[in-house]
Amino acid sequence: MLDWQPTATLETLRARARLLGEVRAFFAERDVWEVETPVLGHGGSTDVQLASLKVTATTPEGPERLWLQTSPEFHMKRLLAAGSGAIFQLAKSFRDGEVGRRHNIEFTMLEWYRPGFSLNQLIEETAALIVRLLPQSPGPVSHYRYRDLFRKYLAVDPFSASAMVLGKLASKHAGTDMGGESRDTCLDLLMSLVIEPRLGQGELSVVVDYPASQAALARRHQDPEDGAWVASRFELYLEGLELANGYDELTDAEEQRTRFGEDNRERRALGLPEVDVDGRLLAALEHGLPEGAGVALGIDRVIQLALAKKSVAEVMAFATPRC
Amino acid sequence: MANYSTNEFKGGLKVMLDGDPCSIVENELVKPGKGQAFNRVKLRNLMTGRVGERTFKSGDSLEAADVMDLEMEYLYTDGDMWHFMKTDGSFEQYAVEKKALGDTAKWLKEQVPYTITLWDDKAISVTPPNFIELEVIETDPGLKGDTAQGGSKPATLSSGAVVRVPLFINQGEVLKIDTRSGDYVSRA
Repeated sequence: MLDWQPTATLETLRARARLLGEVRAFFAERDVWEVETPVLGHGGSTDVQLASLKVTATTPEGPERLWLQTSPEFHMKRLLAAGSGAIFQLAKSFRDGEVGRRHNIEFTMLEWYRPGFSLNQLIEETAALIVRLLPQSPGPVSHYRYRDLFRKYLAVDPFSASAMVLGKLASKHAGTDMGGESRDTCLDLLMSLVIEPRLGQGELSVVVDYPASQAALARRHQDPEDGAWVASRFELYLEGLELANGYDELTDAEEQRTRFGEDNRERRALGLPEVDVDGRLLAALEHGLPEGAGVALGIDRVIQLALAKKSVAEVMAFATPRC
Repeated sequence: MANYSTNEFKGGLKVMLDGDPCSIVENELVKPGKGQAFNRVKLRNLMTGRVGERTFKSGDSLEAADVMDLEMEYLYTDGDMWHFMKTDGSFEQYAVEKKALGDTAKWLKEQVPYTITLWDDKAISVTPPNFIELEVIETDPGLKGDTAQGGSKPATLSSGAVVRVPLFINQGEVLKIDTRSGDYVSRA
């Protein structure tokens, strides 16, 4: 018989509904209004590490290639540029190939934008929301700089260590040869295998000041320690699970255009499909995006932890393998 | 042989790693928030039986291992090699080395079907059926009337294995044994 039944129990799905209600109440109290934007767009995410799904649609223009969003970021930024003020959305997002205990190709992203907020104000708000959704306090909020975590757990400075040193460390922890891989690949591996499992144990761990090469759509600033460029973004972890990723948003259209171009050049070099750049997002940035911070939170994972489940599939009605 | 990419890795897939055939036990996607995806893979080395963990960049691939499991009946040993015959009616025979036979040596019985794992057409391991019926060739005399729970005693079986059996079991009886645990199950 085909496995037609839900991957979550009905009891879990009811608990999920209650938690989503809490999310809406949280933002209503703070005057952040809920928006709905399309999951389809003419432009997609060029991010080299994300695989977008594309569809062919018949529109008044004829057959057109449209992209399923990897997050609602582009459309929400266009609303911000149009003067929306603070907004949030619970948005279906799609990332091809990502299936596992912590991943599902189609998932729900809770994303919100706070014009006028500093990154620290947004970190505080993100932690407050997570605390509200959990059945008991996760402990205090601790902040760590990305490079300090590497110093503490791997005795290496991720910004100044040579590619060879990072390659050796990565190979040691992977058990496979990572010697020919890029610095970022080695750093990602060490972060995932060695550091992440130690984060968020008895506390909410916030990691800041990522390598500038991992800035995505965040601003960059200089580390006062030695002038190294770092990304103005944070990630938040609980029980070794990454829950949220926030940016001091890049508002410079030219810089954004350059980063999209660099992404697609790297995609060509890696033999990955190029992704149509979202021209309307760039036009909106040219018009002007208010200064502020925004964050994307994997609400499925928060619900998973709140309900003490082992995988995101257990809190989704029908996870990808059964959809 | 073909190659398998990390996104094709699933439990039971046979791949080559460091020159040895391995069976994939578990494959987990690991991905930092904004970064490279990896696959954390648990593999069983089919030569040693050991399970280890390796991490691969997503999209990397491993060569497929030409490994298959076949059902064969045990025939006899000539002292050096143990001979088995395919049960598919082909009468094709395979000779198995002591190393590949491993612990299964103590569960051998003629005409019983075993699972033989072949790598490049060479036997690398032999798995006995989960349950096997063997005769007791030596044990202390049974205690009359003691059919309930109570103590146990060692018994040597026709295959050479020594198992713990209830006190009421006698020499010459045929017993059902669980080969995975080596436990007595019942009288056959």
